[in-house]
Amino acid sequence: MAFNVKINGKQHSVDVDEDTPLLWVLRDVLGLTGTKFGCGMALCGACTVHVDGVATRSCVTPVNALQGSEVTTIEAVGKTVAGARVQKAWLDHEVVQCGYCQSGQIMSAAALLASTPKPTDADIDGAMSGNVCRCGTYGRIREAIKQAAQSGSKGG
Amino acid sequence: MTDLARRSFLRTGAATGGGLLLSLTLPLTGGAQAAGDGPFAPNAFVRIGEDGRIVLVMPYVEMGQGTYTAIPMLIAEELEVTLNQVRLEHAPPDEKLYGNPLVAGVQATGGSTAIMASWQPLRQAGAIARTLLIAAAAKRWNVAPEACRAQAGEVLHPATGRSLKYGALAADAAKLPVPKEVALKDPKDFKIIGTPAKRLDAPAKVDGSAVYGIDARPPGVKIATLAQSPVFGGRVKSLDDAAAKAVKGVRQIVRLDDAVAVVADHMGAAKKGLAALKIDWDDGPHAKLTTDQIARELEQATLAAGAVAETIGDTAKALASAATKVEATYQLPFLAHAALEPMNCTVHVRKDGCDVWVGTQVAARAQAAAAKVAGLPLDKVVLHQHLIGGGFGRRLEIDGVTRATEIARHVDGPVKVVWTREEDIQHDMYRPYWFDRLQAGLDEKGRPVAWNHRFAGSSIIARWLPPGFNKGLDPDSVDGAIHLPYGLPNMHVEYLRVEPPGIPTAFWRSVGPSHNVFVVESFMDELAATAKQDPVAYRLALLEKSPRAKAVLELAAAKAGWGQALPQGVGRGVSVQHVFGSYLAQVAEVEVAKNGSVRVRRVVAAVDCGIVVNPDTVKAQIESATNFGITAALYGEITVKDGRVEQSNFDTYQMLRLDEAPSIEVHIVKSSQAPGGMGEPGTSAIVPAVANAIFAATGKRLRRMPVDPAQLKRGDGR
Repeated sequence: MAFNVKINGKQHSVDVDEDTPLLWVLRDVLGLTGTKFGCGMALCGACTVHVDGVATRSCVTPVNALQGSEVTTIEAVGKTVAGARVQKAWLDHEVVQCGYCQSGQIMSAAALLASTPKPTDADIDGAMSGNVCRCGTYGRIREAIKQAAQSGSKGG
Repeated sequence: MTDLARRSFLRTGAATGGGLLLSLTLPLTGGAQAAGDGPFAPNAFVRIGEDGRIVLVMPYVEMGQGTYTAIPMLIAEELEVTLNQVRLEHAPPDEKLYGNPLVAGVQATGGSTAIMASWQPLRQAGAIARTLLIAAAAKRWNVAPEACRAQAGEVLHPATGRSLKYGALAADAAKLPVPKEVALKDPKDFKIIGTPAKRLDAPAKVDGSAVYGIDARPPGVKIATLAQSPVFGGRVKSLDDAAAKAVKGVRQIVRLDDAVAVVADHMGAAKKGLAALKIDWDDGPHAKLTTDQIARELEQATLAAGAVAETIGDTAKALASAATKVEATYQLPFLAHAALEPMNCTVHVRKDGCDVWVGTQVAARAQAAAAKVAGLPLDKVVLHQHLIGGGFGRRLEIDGVTRATEIARHVDGPVKVVWTREEDIQHDMYRPYWFDRLQAGLDEKGRPVAWNHRFAGSSIIARWLPPGFNKGLDPDSVDGAIHLPYGLPNMHVEYLRVEPPGIPTAFWRSVGPSHNVFVVESFMDELAATAKQDPVAYRLALLEKSPRAKAVLELAAAKAGWGQALPQGVGRGVSVQHVFGSYLAQVAEVEVAKNGSVRVRRVVAAVDCGIVVNPDTVKAQIESATNFGITAALYGEITVKDGRVEQSNFDTYQMLRLDEAPSIEVHIVKSSQAPGGMGEPGTSAIVPAVANAIFAATGKRLRRMPVDPAQLKRGDGR
């Protein structure tokens, strides 16, 4: 049957089974390929999006659970204050390598900063340990989040 | 590449969303359409259009290592353009133009070779283009070329203040004869090389616009996923696909001899269809295979003599007369690559041609693999190269392209075949299992006077590049076991090629050295402990004839605070190596909890990789390779039972995570030597450093990996 999902501010009607994970609706049905497939079991975080602002693993989120919700993906997170700061910090710290996990990392980091503007190291551990980076960019991710938080506190 | 092929490459690139052309277009260069195909292309790496577009063609693919920044730096330095003036394009498959001279001419990105292979030729490529552009300007102005110079994409005639942009000179420059070689800059004049230039691929990787192979979406594409025989060498005995076909969105089931694929509108339907398949497998000859069986075969093999890789002095005699003898056996497990982008390949087979969309470390081999399966001549197969979401050697293999093309032959229209994570891990080609025997003799002062090392394992080169396997040896299997930086008066190293039945093996970040450096540096630590000497001092005494190795070891030890007191349960371990053309020493600081769990707290690295092209990339690669190695040391193990790989996803094949990652400091030794490789050395160096640190913390020597916390438990274990 058809489901209505609101993604990046736009309503879409998609005709898929109700248990179809959001990840495949984004990537294969709507062509929003910035959100990545890594494990299919919420073990790696590559597929992280925001559902009503909360970091959510789209690979285990069925489309029928999204009625009335707002989904934000990496393609639009730069329009949020926290998302833009995180993206800039990622560039300033040269975080990316292969880059495949970084959409998910940025979504997790942006959700963290939106809810916890001045995260401690423990907050960062808690929010980011669900996101695997096979290139091991963890040190730079931590530093970039701290910079983004700093720029937030300066009102910048 | 012929003009026709290039145009076709560009056209299809644009039609499918632009791929790299889109994603890597820099803001300053304007439009996103495929263009920049100009009249001036003095070599395979530089093209300048009359519109002023400067296109650099990347012979080595970007998979995180920063080659799409470092290679442009080499060209731009000599071409006299800034990095924000260039556009990048993936090289098409063509071994004549883009073969890697350090990998026997195979068009391969691997072995940490890209900078070593490019250092001279790609600076030449830039310099030749610049020389011709200057010549064209000089001719137009009727002045001597020596009176002109190039700067930021323009030729200047300082005496008259005239200038012309490269685009305006492209047509004229194209008419001039191309010199074979021109003088290169003196390194003291470098403006780009040696600077921490920003990664050119980063902006597209933070906003979701970077296009990886898995993101290819040619019009009408269907998505497929697959189940391959759970035992390597098995076959499909029978198939009931009725339930799978009933899944909404499933379009087709493709049955192959040893695999079944479900073709659907989207991956959700394909996975659901796959779960609904009832497949009865004939497991074939390896149905009862276990890892223990493979390990026993390797152990048994090392009882006989192998091919001699290196021999110095008379090791047998020196051993017989040594004051102390030390003996040990070591073993290392199979490992999966687990790149975060799962295996995937998109193929459209038609009667008269074939398109392949994939990220590959071997573009020409990938093209040939598709041509072979599709039954088409090479020139009918268009390969669209993509960014790779982690290579680590996995994409040096073409099994994924072969499999996807086998499936695509049965599908009308393009099909993207995506491996589930479980298929990716259980049908990888694995870093080999190795078994090692070592003996050493020490003199009365504890110095090593004899070193005897014999080991058995798979030779990847023998399969991947057969001419590279000679007289029982290949360069990778013994890399890091021979030509040690240490001065050892008597040394003997033997290798036995033993292929595991039913388990395909392949390159993996650092491959040969990931094994040999672990064994050599662990055993060296054992010798120091036997001699009751400090591990750093013990090594330094053996490095008199290797000043670069000595310097990195001294630097790493000093920066790490070697010798300073540590709390109970915490230890420091060291390693030093010379592999991939670079010298690297690492000190790991490790904490072992009472329950035996291990945390790597801090890593200090010192590297001499010759002239540094991009210091930030050197740092990034050591950080990356170090965490990759720690993952292997703490968690990495693929085991086989009943012929099946037991691990399947990140719950059973664990990755290091952010809360476990150490702080990593990298110190670079200034050098004027030719550049060495940087993608892999950190992985081989860190594993023995961690094992040696665990020994320092607990007194327990780890002779196999990964770390087994049960072995390290102490007290009541709480």
